[in-house]
Amino acid sequence: MLAESPKTNRRDFIKTSGLATLGLLIGLDAKANLLNLSSDNAAALPVEINPFILIGADNTITIINPRPCMGQGTIQSVPAMIAEELEVDMENVTIIQSDGKSKYGAQTSGNSSSIRRLWLPLRKAGAATKEMLIEAASGKWSIAPTQCYAENAKVFRKDNGQSFTYGELVEAASKLSVPQEPVLKQKNEFKILGKPAKRFDLDDRVTGKAVYGLDIDVPGMVYAAILHSPMIFGKLVSIDDSEVIKIPGVIKTIPCERTMIYTTTDSVAVIASNWWAASKGRSALKVAWDKNGLDTTLDNKEYMSRCYTAAKKDGIRFEEFNDFQSKFETSQSKLDLTYETPFLSHVPIEPETATAHVKEDGSVEIWAPLQGPGETLEEIARYLNISTEKVKIHVALMGGSFGRKAYMDFIKEACFLSNKLKIPVKVIWTRDDDIRQGPYRPALLSHMQGFVEDGKIKGFHHHMIGESILGQVFKGLADDKADPWIGEESSPNNNKYIFTEAHKVSWTNVKTVIPIMWWRSVNASNIGWGQECFIDELAHLAGKDPLQARLDILEDERFRKVLATLAEKTNYHQKLPQGSGRGIAITRAFGTIVACCITATKSGNGVKLDSVVSVIDCGIYVNADTVKAQTEGNIIMGITAAIKPGIVFNKGVCAQNNYNNYPILRINETPKIEVYIIENAEAPGGVGEAGLPPVAPALGNAIFATTGIRKRNLPIDITNLTA
Amino acid sequence: MPKYILTINKKQHRIEADSDVPLVWVLRDYVGLKGTKFGCGIASCGACTIHLNGNPVRSCQLKISTVPATAQITTIEGIGEQVLHNVQQAWLELQVPQCGYCQSGQIMSAVALLRKKPNPIDKDIDTAMAGNLCRCGTYERIRQAIYRAAKMEAEVVTRDK
Repeated sequence: MLAESPKTNRRDFIKTSGLATLGLLIGLDAKANLLNLSSDNAAALPVEINPFILIGADNTITIINPRPCMGQGTIQSVPAMIAEELEVDMENVTIIQSDGKSKYGAQTSGNSSSIRRLWLPLRKAGAATKEMLIEAASGKWSIAPTQCYAENAKVFRKDNGQSFTYGELVEAASKLSVPQEPVLKQKNEFKILGKPAKRFDLDDRVTGKAVYGLDIDVPGMVYAAILHSPMIFGKLVSIDDSEVIKIPGVIKTIPCERTMIYTTTDSVAVIASNWWAASKGRSALKVAWDKNGLDTTLDNKEYMSRCYTAAKKDGIRFEEFNDFQSKFETSQSKLDLTYETPFLSHVPIEPETATAHVKEDGSVEIWAPLQGPGETLEEIARYLNISTEKVKIHVALMGGSFGRKAYMDFIKEACFLSNKLKIPVKVIWTRDDDIRQGPYRPALLSHMQGFVEDGKIKGFHHHMIGESILGQVFKGLADDKADPWIGEESSPNNNKYIFTEAHKVSWTNVKTVIPIMWWRSVNASNIGWGQECFIDELAHLAGKDPLQARLDILEDERFRKVLATLAEKTNYHQKLPQGSGRGIAITRAFGTIVACCITATKSGNGVKLDSVVSVIDCGIYVNADTVKAQTEGNIIMGITAAIKPGIVFNKGVCAQNNYNNYPILRINETPKIEVYIIENAEAPGGVGEAGLPPVAPALGNAIFATTGIRKRNLPIDITNLTA
Repeated sequence: MPKYILTINKKQHRIEADSDVPLVWVLRDYVGLKGTKFGCGIASCGACTIHLNGNPVRSCQLKISTVPATAQITTIEGIGEQVLHNVQQAWLELQVPQCGYCQSGQIMSAVALLRKKPNPIDKDIDTAMAGNLCRCGTYERIRQAIYRAAKMEAEVVTRDK
């Protein structure tokens, strides 16, 4: 039985753990210099070091994974980078999730950065360790290191095949200095990286054994259901809990707080011996909230109407090539259009949940599904006003996240309540909390201007308008500055289009109190919608096929190859039957290029989606199958973002509160999906998010190709299309 | 507090709970079977899908008092207890789960589907699986894995003949 296989048993080792075992420990300092952290050195560690490899004298090999897994497989793909260079088989490695301590360095799974940012440092850590083990062996044999080689956790001598296990060498190796520039393997020498590998962590995910945040069980814990203000930031006026405390199982109610990154809001927690009692208690609470004008300011329509007003004026220039406006004004063949994207919720199927135990001595232990143990550790220390040594983080598996569980509001709630009660408290949000409280992907408006000459797109202006994550959340955007994150992503430096006459990227910050945050692919999904639909419209204006029109303004070989591959895989140049049409889009995000082609067919008053083909160039990658899986997932999430409702506020209250009124794509609505990966040896790009941005514009362009109806505002009801 | 007897994965459990506690919380917090997940509380996501007398039901909608002691409740922990069920095997072969949180419910729905329709077509899969949401977007693999499991089942039947 698979469940009893060593693989599954090994999975049990994926846990946070003190590294008390003696052995060789190689780490990196903040500048990615390799350090020997074993024995004596360990006591005198500088603060920012990330030790990733532990080899025991008994030949047990442990790799620390610093990037929590939210479904994208980092629990395996990140350690694989070390195992490859260390010459150990992944089957024989124990993987431990890091616990947030600063010695592991940056530990947030986010920004699609786990592979691309750790590609060199982690491989170097593996290679340096291997070289030290080889040196130790060569010393024992009194031969040159070049006369030895490492394979499968052993060092062999070339002349007679004798070998030492790494465990037998670890003591001698730990006394050696760490090579700073170890020789890294070439792509053609890889045994693990780039090869399709099954995820060993999936065994527990099909048997119900995997422990997610919601499954955490700490002895003596109580449960909390939290009533947040329906208007998110409403001030608490009064609490009547007379009906609440009659409910069996309810222990008490506590005024609580939700700490967002830039503000703190009021809430009321019901503490009970079980979560059902707590949630019943929450329903029985009678709480008065001060609206504080939120019934008019929490309003997506009012916000969007200000975005449209801003579209009539010049924005702040981020970059410009030639004088765009003067060329645009004199152009004979031009378009001036707007494209709208809505606020969106992450809605991971596992709602926000966290368990915290603040003890009498002021220390705290946290068990939670979180994207960033390092950030959480520091943030909680600040929040509880304790030293970081007093915070212990246990990373639980995330039942989906998509950016949401990097936001620590729900973790701080558990800490707040446990700090009051000094017993373990488990907070579980309802779906209602999850959808109504935000934060959301921002709704943004793209004001696009462009012109064509001689059948070619020659001028392009992307004016992004709306609220900024950098501004609203991090208070890091001056009023006279363009949002640099959005600017860089909208720029031809990123999308590689060459507009020979003029181009411009500009920005207007339209503020809102609707709370926003990163959502899978962050601003790339908003930017891609305007950019790629508009390119399509300009292509038609130029009388060109949309794919050819793109090739006409792309010189970058990687972009061109992705488009050529897309054309080949979709038989793009073959005519479709009457009533069907194709739409394409290509975007670059997180260092990865993805092109998408959607085929649709007329159906009733709308269209049905027949197939989606995506081609991804993420450079060199770790596991082809997880690259495919992530791209498939991005296609589904991208279609949902395009055709399912956005978040709507009605008189200050989010009008949606569950999957029935905030639906996501279901299996019966899912078209056929194909994903192709471009093979090359380019530096790795991000994979978790890059597949999402081209999906919506490919869909919008497919609708136009199929029906002649151009949709410029998301979401689109594809069952009932009107011009 | 009322006392109930439930038959879960062929074992009897005595449970003291309020009459209105939904089965999903009984399973998770009273019996300790946490493979059944909570996602929406309104039978909209299917994460809490279990079998009641072999039929897939959303356990967030079943109050403990409405479940007779004789009813056979099966959870993900009761599927493939000794040997992995073909559906679970197929799920691993096709590497279906990403985060995996919804997959207990998906697998329970798929097992029930194949019991009723050993050779499902796309439409059968649509009908049986439309109640199970996956935010990671594993639907295409779920569909292929159901076909794979059906094939594995058919191979066993042929071999046994």
